Amino acid sequence: MKSNRITAVLAAILAILAAVSLFVGVIDLELRALIQGDAHTWEIFLLSRLPRLLAILCTGAGMSVAGLIMQQLCSNKFVSPTTGATISSAQLGILFALLFLPNSTLWGRALFAFAAAIAGTWVFVWFIQRIRFKDAVMVPLVGIMFGNVIGGVTSYLAYQYEMTQALSSWLVGHFSLVIKGRYEIVWLTAPLIVLAFVFANHFNIVGLGRDFSKNLGVPYNLVLFMGLSISAMITASVVVVVGSISYIGLIVPNLVALFKGDKIRGTLADTALFGAIFVLVCDMIGRVVIAPYELPIELIVGILGSVLFIGLLFYRLRNGRKSIRLTAPAQSCCPVPAKEGGCEA
Amino acid sequence: MKIQGLTKRYQGRTVVNGVSFSIPKGKVTSLIGPNGAGKSTVMSMISRLIAQDEGLVELDGTHIGHWKSRELARRLAILTQSNNIQMKLTVRELVAFGRFPYSGSRLTAEDTEIIDRAIAYMELEEFQDRFLDELSGGQRQRALIAMVIAQDTEYILLDEPTNNLDIYHATNLMKTVRRLCDELGKTVILVLHEINYAAFYSDYICAFKDGGIAKFGPVHEVITKENLSDIYGVEFEVQTVKGRPLSIYY
Repeated sequence: MKSNRITAVLAAILAILAAVSLFVGVIDLELRALIQGDAHTWEIFLLSRLPRLLAILCTGAGMSVAGLIMQQLCSNKFVSPTTGATISSAQLGILFALLFLPNSTLWGRALFAFAAAIAGTWVFVWFIQRIRFKDAVMVPLVGIMFGNVIGGVTSYLAYQYEMTQALSSWLVGHFSLVIKGRYEIVWLTAPLIVLAFVFANHFNIVGLGRDFSKNLGVPYNLVLFMGLSISAMITASVVVVVGSISYIGLIVPNLVALFKGDKIRGTLADTALFGAIFVLVCDMIGRVVIAPYELPIELIVGILGSVLFIGLLFYRLRNGRKSIRLTAPAQSCCPVPAKEGGCEA
Repeated sequence: MKIQGLTKRYQGRTVVNGVSFSIPKGKVTSLIGPNGAGKSTVMSMISRLIAQDEGLVELDGTHIGHWKSRELARRLAILTQSNNIQMKLTVRELVAFGRFPYSGSRLTAEDTEIIDRAIAYMELEEFQDRFLDELSGGQRQRALIAMVIAQDTEYILLDEPTNNLDIYHATNLMKTVRRLCDELGKTVILVLHEINYAAFYSDYICAFKDGGIAKFGPVHEVITKENLSDIYGVEFEVQTVKGRPLSIYY
């Protein structure tokens, strides 16, 4: 019952912040004008403020859930769309769309981003499953390197074809271009989050290892494939609309898990809510700090996120280093079960 | 459960060679033998964790490869050492996963009752809301057994369940195995390194050597000085303590 209360409190905070955020911006929106039915005020509200809020909510909730799923499936607390090459792959996909289909619509670009993000994530997970890392921290490091390699390819191609300028809007995430008619793809995160909730227990079971899944009759590879694809699609639909937003998928699930554990059914709602709050607060800071100008959300998230990430890293390393060890799941991925490996923890 | 001509090769090397035996229903059978004799590989093949290269594993007359995996999960449960139970799940959440093959994510009232009983059976009531990563190895092992009890399968396969447990927890685990068989009528198959645990708590022993079965039969027939010396290649002495063969090796 206590856990439901946390969810309710988070929902209430989100509702209040969301309402407030609608009235923060360059042009003053007055509630009175809205109620009186002032056409101009309503136009700003429907064209810009509301889409922006919806995009923020979808981004925050989506990226957090994507991170949660990836962390569960890989049984590693440091895997996320940022540290798992998903975001950089999606960006490469967008570049391909710009290169090969210069007149592509937003949906066309989204399809390219989906395909690339899914492929990139699969390759990364395939890779970390085949290599046994002594330390769980190695996994995100490899992911960051892999992501940078993909990012390097993207930059090279963009430079070569003089696309750097066009691409820059997807490299640094920001909500300032979110207006009606240009952001609706991000709504895709909502059904994907619902799908994640439906299969939450499957993801948990797969996170417990290949043998564990087989014992319960859960198809390990299929669920792994599906879960990663869901994460990648959530990420890609955010990247296409907003651009790259790092850290959320890494930090939010970790913070929630500290309090509520790893049972996805129990944490998914809180993770989504907290993620939305986090992004909303960052966005409001970005809009207020140097008003009437605004800072890109990626900058604010990056600053807050990296501080939290370092804190988290210290916390995990000090308390229960074991809990981030990869020994057991790495074992379960080997073709020959190596029993002796279990003792090193 | 019938096993016929089971063979497994890794990179051209035959690890298990034409193993055939039948597992007696409602009894405890232990697979013993030196490292690399193939007992764990056989265990993994009987429990469909790995695929065999040749041979058949029949459960109620049907090859286990032909069973639907969810249905098989209601008949046969396997616990290995490679479970990643460092996760921040509560004991109760873990045990509830045992009902997954039956009800998926939606637990019925009956499931809840079965989960309660499984937790009570393993005397885990006071720990049921604790996180697994806060428990000791022995408690975690008990939680996993409770999950298997909730899974309510006829066959329970345990791969080296006493590994990493101290004498107190290991002995209690073996007593639990005995109770699973005697009280709940389960067929239990174990891979054990400790010959004396196998001898004191099983009904049948299947001794492996060099990828094949060296001896299979009731405990008294297999645990003899000659057999063990032959299988393990060291000197053995076998004495009878409490009606069971106790072996000493040196």
